[in-house]
Amino acid sequence: MGMAIRVFFVLLLFISCTKLSFSLYEDQVGLMDWHQQYIGKVKHAVFHTQKTGRKRVLVSTEENVVASLDLRHGEIFWRHVLGPNDVIDGLDIALGKYVITLSSDGTLLRAWNLPDGQMVWEALLEGSKSSKSILKVPVTLKVEKDNVILVFGKGVLHAVSSSDGEVLWRKDFVAESVEVQHISQSSQGDVIYAVGFVDFSNLHVYQINAKNGELLKAPSAAFLGGIFGDLLSVSSNVFAVLDGTRSSIATINVHDGEISYQETLIADLVKDSSAKAVILPSRISGMFALELNSLLILIKVTDNGKLVVVDKVTNVAALSDALLISEEQNAFALVQHGGSKIQLTVKGGYDWNTDLLKESIVMDPERGNVNKIFINNYLRTDRSHGFRALIVMEDHSLLLVQQGAIVWSREDGLASVVDVVTSELPVEKVGVSVAKVEQNLFEWLKGHLLKLKGTLMLASPEDVVAIQALRLRSSEKSKMTRDHNGFRKLLIVLTRAGKLFALHTGDGRVVWSVLLLSLRKSDACEHPVSLNLYQWQVPHHHAMDENPSVLVIGRCRPILDAPSFISFVDTYTGKELNSLDLVQSVTQVIPLPYTDSTEQRLHLLIDINQQAYLYPKTPEAIGILQNEFSNVYWYSVDADNGVIKGHALKSSCVHEVVDEYCFNSRDLWSVVFPPESENIIATVTRKSNEVVHTQAKVMAEQDVMYKYISRNLLFVATVAPKARGEIGTATPEESWLVVYIIDTVTGRILHRMAHHGSQGPVHAVFSENWVVYHYFNLRAHRYEMSVIEIYDQSRADNKDVWKLVLGKHNLTSPISSYSRPEVISKSQSYFFTHSVKTIAVTSTAKGITSKQLLIGTIGNQVLALDKRYLDPRRSVNPTQAEKEEGIIPLTDSLPIMSQSYITHSLKVEGLRGVVTVPAKLESTTLVFAYGVDLFFTRMAPSRTYDSLTEDFSYALLLITIVALIAAIFVTWVLSERKELQEKWR
Amino acid sequence: MASNTRSKTMVLLLFVQLCFLLFSSSIAFSPGSAEGYTINGRVKIESMGAQEFILPGKISNIKIILNGGQRVTFLRPDGYFSFHNVPAGTHLIEVDAIGYFFSPVRVDYYEIREPFSIMSIVKSPMGLMMGFMLIVVFLMPKLMENVDPEEMRRAQEEMRNQGVPTLASLLPGAGRSS
Repeated sequence: MGMAIRVFFVLLLFISCTKLSFSLYEDQVGLMDWHQQYIGKVKHAVFHTQKTGRKRVLVSTEENVVASLDLRHGEIFWRHVLGPNDVIDGLDIALGKYVITLSSDGTLLRAWNLPDGQMVWEALLEGSKSSKSILKVPVTLKVEKDNVILVFGKGVLHAVSSSDGEVLWRKDFVAESVEVQHISQSSQGDVIYAVGFVDFSNLHVYQINAKNGELLKAPSAAFLGGIFGDLLSVSSNVFAVLDGTRSSIATINVHDGEISYQETLIADLVKDSSAKAVILPSRISGMFALELNSLLILIKVTDNGKLVVVDKVTNVAALSDALLISEEQNAFALVQHGGSKIQLTVKGGYDWNTDLLKESIVMDPERGNVNKIFINNYLRTDRSHGFRALIVMEDHSLLLVQQGAIVWSREDGLASVVDVVTSELPVEKVGVSVAKVEQNLFEWLKGHLLKLKGTLMLASPEDVVAIQALRLRSSEKSKMTRDHNGFRKLLIVLTRAGKLFALHTGDGRVVWSVLLLSLRKSDACEHPVSLNLYQWQVPHHHAMDENPSVLVIGRCRPILDAPSFISFVDTYTGKELNSLDLVQSVTQVIPLPYTDSTEQRLHLLIDINQQAYLYPKTPEAIGILQNEFSNVYWYSVDADNGVIKGHALKSSCVHEVVDEYCFNSRDLWSVVFPPESENIIATVTRKSNEVVHTQAKVMAEQDVMYKYISRNLLFVATVAPKARGEIGTATPEESWLVVYIIDTVTGRILHRMAHHGSQGPVHAVFSENWVVYHYFNLRAHRYEMSVIEIYDQSRADNKDVWKLVLGKHNLTSPISSYSRPEVISKSQSYFFTHSVKTIAVTSTAKGITSKQLLIGTIGNQVLALDKRYLDPRRSVNPTQAEKEEGIIPLTDSLPIMSQSYITHSLKVEGLRGVVTVPAKLESTTLVFAYGVDLFFTRMAPSRTYDSLTEDFSYALLLITIVALIAAIFVTWVLSERKELQEKWR
Repeated sequence: MASNTRSKTMVLLLFVQLCFLLFSSSIAFSPGSAEGYTINGRVKIESMGAQEFILPGKISNIKIILNGGQRVTFLRPDGYFSFHNVPAGTHLIEVDAIGYFFSPVRVDYYEIREPFSIMSIVKSPMGLMMGFMLIVVFLMPKLMENVDPEEMRRAQEEMRNQGVPTLASLLPGAGRSS
């Protein structure tokens, strides 16, 4: 028997050698995380389709991204996300090998290497007056064998060498106070025209020597009626502009330094011209397009300056710029809507009646209207011209259309996520037996043997691939039903374009998407804004027959008092159940902790006058609210005036009639920060759905502290007015940061602390009884992170066992903000190396698992930092008891370990937020990080202590058991034999 | 849990050569851009063993961040970067390069104290007072010398006739009444 035990121990040792690691193995990448790269809504696109090499399209977007996309599949070759203030004004290709971008109001010109995206040069172009920014890369213009890029920005025209970014000459237009609207080159190439207006009424045409920037001539002409909108260049020396009354069109001809213009009444061209006309900015050579009454009128400018109406087109969504397809011929594209299809027409510039291309393409109605179109041509095998079109849709998606079909599409609306909620998946209705999943015992064993090989590091590269595939298959992570551990969910994301997407947490695919009608641009609502998402209905009791739904809040204009609208969307199907246009504004939405009989959550929508509107509008909801009427409190933060106010419900409001779903509010308290010394820069509160397992915190030496846990705590950070600016603008003496913890029911300030010589930006996270915040310390010139923990002192004497026995404790007394408990707070500060974009904290189902902070760093990665590093009880030399408790010796800065980046080698470009959702399994939390990119992973802050890991080798267990039985059998036989021999002796 | 796939040691060497160049005179005329200093620097990544400092192709994704995202720029092929039009003050530069850790670099720029010059003393109020006194002390006698002796005598006689000039007599109009 002794031998059996020995064998067992050897095996045990063997198993324990394959110890679980804290971090991720290389082969686990992509197993439970996914990463999606986006670029945002495309503003400019330039095709690069030479015969040799890969075909690509260069784009710049509203997210300040410049990217090179594969024209075949739409994948990203390379991509750069510029700074948030570095808005791209122009994009072009120079010398056939550099991508040129103009950004920051025409002051930064950069050249990127076309194949790999390496920045080649950067030029700063200076000027003093804000103006339109124009980038022009002439093909033929050369100065001393150097190709020249023309840039107009900040009132100055620059000629820049395209090989090294050196400014060859500059011509300042600041003194002339002219608004330059167009830069062009004469047909000979030696003269540059800069056309602009002074005071919207005097046209100036500056003729500049292309070689040295010398002003040759500057003729001008006066427009008595003024102008409206921008000047459009029809051809190299003909321009069109609307006059000030928008009733006539002026065509301007510049010839040999002379300006001649003639005006044509729109009424002469079109009969019904009562509506206001707009000249579209599309450059279609020899013609221009006038939009009138949602009718597009194409007007040709003849050689003698006369205007001829060529065509009137209805339902036009977008018009492309002209494309030179041969030496003589131009072409441009036109997109029309018709039902579920779009009609793409490519017309030649000279012969209007024949279409070069006419295709109709079936388009998903959830993509909305076509917003922009860019075209490119290619030669077919029969030497005729074929066209491909890049289309930007209303939902910001990007499509490539060729030969009547969508070749590829990119959901770039997901680059601008505004808000995220999660939804459960449907319950699996039919039970699936284990046997069905593990079809074949042999297969199953083979798979586990393969895994065993992997753990023993015997696997060949092919085996590793096989293991990966096996894992992906067995994890069933992309199934459309709820799983036991709660890992599979739907992420409902709202984008800036007003589109709602449901992403599967397993693989990140789009399950459904819906473009909300109320969030679409319309005549009534010119600039709709997507605001927030709330969980409207989360069925538990009716999980089998009711679908969960979300509440979407939007606003008509980007101002606070604009009328709002709400919409309800089913999260299983993506169907819009209902939508309401509200008269009032919505400044705040308060999900109440009560649900009605259909499990719809009660919500209070607060308008700008602090009137509360109850939703759902049912008598039942009113009844529930009446019961809890005196328990509803909320607060409002007016950062501009430095006032925080507490509110409670008062009475039903009386408009014309009594509206029983509307309530007036009364102010309970207010905290006023003097604007000359403190400005509010950040407010953070606890997540309303956070679960706390226990109030007690057991310390070393059998001591207990009670966490002060209240849902109504608000963290407020204020800074000195001078310290509001960027880092480096204030001295340590004139800047301070003050943090408060305020009870939002009573307005009581529980804690106040000043950090002298510190300033914002402040990023903070509030959880349980603690708050962690990140700010900049000007004296040390480093970032710092501080923690504040609040403990309830009034419960501290409950430690006495006798009191408990005799019943003299207050553990059963209700927790109320009004009871003014005695609290103590502890605080500590640490240095932190990096700038931070956002901070979140892990959340688990029961709140037992220890917490980790998730820090979105400036490098667009997410760093997990154990909360134990931010513990005010840390000291330089912790006692033995404290060490046992797990207190880490105090260090002046927080450690950053490269293994603790949960995004491992990936980046979430343009990171804006991190959302954590508890899984059903207590040890695990789901993390979703969004920005221009999306990243999702699953993490276990204290390892998966409550389940076997996916790597657990059942084969090893089986082998162990078999080996043990064999060993027992062998030793039994051996001992039998030995016994027999002894007996024979 | 947390994660990482990189195991190789990361060697970093950030070498920021910070030179502050006052912008050329062209900007001095434009009042809109009163701020105007340039931060130039260089990022060097020591590749394994090799003498070459920059890994070509790898640096295309390195970003240089000023003051926690206020501005972002990229590296040129030689590893240099620059921020233009940076106001005077204290700034923080961070390098975002995946696979490498860079300590943030602090950059201080203070307004240059004007060097000692005679003109600055002359221009100051004390200097002006001194100058005036010097003029009075040294130039006034010279002026007196140039005055014609006869005229001088006449003036002295006049003064004697009028007696000691009072303040009232010096005032315009007062002379008529006397």
